[in-house]
Amino acid sequence: MSRVLAQPEGLPGRRLSIRRLTLTDFRCYRHLRLETDSRPVVLTGANGAGKTNLLEALSFLAPGRGLRRATLAQVARRDSAGIWAVAAVLDGPSGRVEIGTGIEPGSTRRALRLDGEPVKAGDVAGLVAALWLTPAMDRVFMEGASGRRRFLDRLILAIDHGHAAHAGAYDHAMRERNRVLKEQGADPGWLTALEAAMAKHGVAMAAARRRGVAQLDRMCAARQGVFPAARLALMGDVEHWLDEMDEAEAEARLTKALVQSRSRDAGAGATTIGPHRTDLDVRHAAKNLNASDCSTGEQKAVLISMVLSQARVLLTEKGLAPLMLLDEVVAHLDQTRRLALFDELVELDAQSWMTGADQSLFDGFEGRAQFFQVADATILNPVADATNIHKETGNLTHEH
Amino acid sequence: MAGAEIEALIQLLARLPGLGPRSARRAALHLLDKRETLMSPLAQALSTAATSIKACTVCGNFDTVEPCAICQDRARDDSILCIVSDVASLWALERAQGYRGRYHVLGGLLSALDGIGPADLGVDDLVSRVQAGAIREVILATPATVDGQTTAHYIADRLSGLDVSVSGLAHGVPVGGELDYLDDGTINAALKARRGL
Repeated sequence: MSRVLAQPEGLPGRRLSIRRLTLTDFRCYRHLRLETDSRPVVLTGANGAGKTNLLEALSFLAPGRGLRRATLAQVARRDSAGIWAVAAVLDGPSGRVEIGTGIEPGSTRRALRLDGEPVKAGDVAGLVAALWLTPAMDRVFMEGASGRRRFLDRLILAIDHGHAAHAGAYDHAMRERNRVLKEQGADPGWLTALEAAMAKHGVAMAAARRRGVAQLDRMCAARQGVFPAARLALMGDVEHWLDEMDEAEAEARLTKALVQSRSRDAGAGATTIGPHRTDLDVRHAAKNLNASDCSTGEQKAVLISMVLSQARVLLTEKGLAPLMLLDEVVAHLDQTRRLALFDELVELDAQSWMTGADQSLFDGFEGRAQFFQVADATILNPVADATNIHKETGNLTHEH
Repeated sequence: MAGAEIEALIQLLARLPGLGPRSARRAALHLLDKRETLMSPLAQALSTAATSIKACTVCGNFDTVEPCAICQDRARDDSILCIVSDVASLWALERAQGYRGRYHVLGGLLSALDGIGPADLGVDDLVSRVQAGAIREVILATPATVDGQTTAHYIADRLSGLDVSVSGLAHGVPVGGELDYLDDGTINAALKARRGL
């Protein structure tokens, strides 16, 4: 066993596993109830069958806006008047819990319930950690910095629940400042107050990214096997300042920089300095190449490396194997990498949820995972064997 | 379906905070079922409140007398002024019975995205009130949100040249709260605001 695959010992119940998932008026599903054991889950079916929607539903159990970053209204099934729900019975380190989220009648705000009781987002933030990879992320190294920032922030959010609050507060204060700057004779006192908020939350955000990238870089750099070792570095002013000064000094420096950039920002119609402009530099360690210069296949392998490494960071730091939501990930991997991915997911002891159009893509995963076939927003059956599809209802019920 | 009068009632009820179309329909039907015991007294109470309750011109609180009972209460301390965003916050502080000074209700929070600026909150009037009176201490009790803290920062800045001490409410561990149940941000705020014992 390679060093990076070593697991912390003495952490019973570290796996997070969904035992029952119930969807009501979510995306294409009118009603669905799926019961699973703790092994990895494979969902197969034609394009448009509803596989990704299931992963998206699971992603809503973790903090944030889900894997498509959809609005709350977008995920409601058509004709459902905007009301939807995702509920799950979940086994985790603290035992079995029931967690639910959605839009309730008479409300436009997302509700959260834990064991039937209404709770706030902060109360359940640490309960469900999920990491995901979707085809939309395949070009993350080729496109603008915003996609990489989002990818990084998502990885960090899985381990640092306060990160989203700081990022949201920073973004809100920045949009307020941009609006005030637009006005003739902008009130300097108002700008000062907003810049103080931006500095406070912006430096906290940058500090969280530095901690997160340092942990992930160590884990990525130590990787062996077919998913390559990678080196990560943050490229941002505020993150660099924190190399040389403490957070209070960085706050003062960011405040000063924002004051100095007021006229430039007013002209640009945007804030030109701050952690919202930070980029993540990712290099293929063995080839010493920027990830964007690697082949498409290598880029995908680096992405998988990063997500698997972050799962190991979570396991090491929090003693928790997160839910892994891997949408159409195996389709573009060769057989060696597919098998290596299956092995690592099993060894990680995470309940991974994987999708693919073709059952044969998961050859080699039989017996170690549970297979379900999805068609027209219905789970047809649990598939006992990857080569033998029965149309029977086992321990699963569904209504449509 | 319901007639125009009932539809109008439902639409008005649906505009209340916390009610949507479905709960408004339920409330309308409930009122119609309890016409004598609930609907008529409620209509009477609404009518009375609409004509007799005014915003106090001194502090912004709601009352039937002008200035409000709190502003008229001679037993309260004139030297302390607590600034709140809305009347609900004032009521919360009064329920807690821990404060015996005067109030100033802003009627909102600074929010450029919602088009609410310092003039909409009457900050100039507030500064004049602090300058004119016997106020020695101002407590900023705005919410611990970005808009709440931005508003507090802005007002503190506007009051900085005056002879008053300005403080804000502490953020941290609630009374009776266990650390295990607190979010990371609150725990960090409590650590930063720690005090000697």
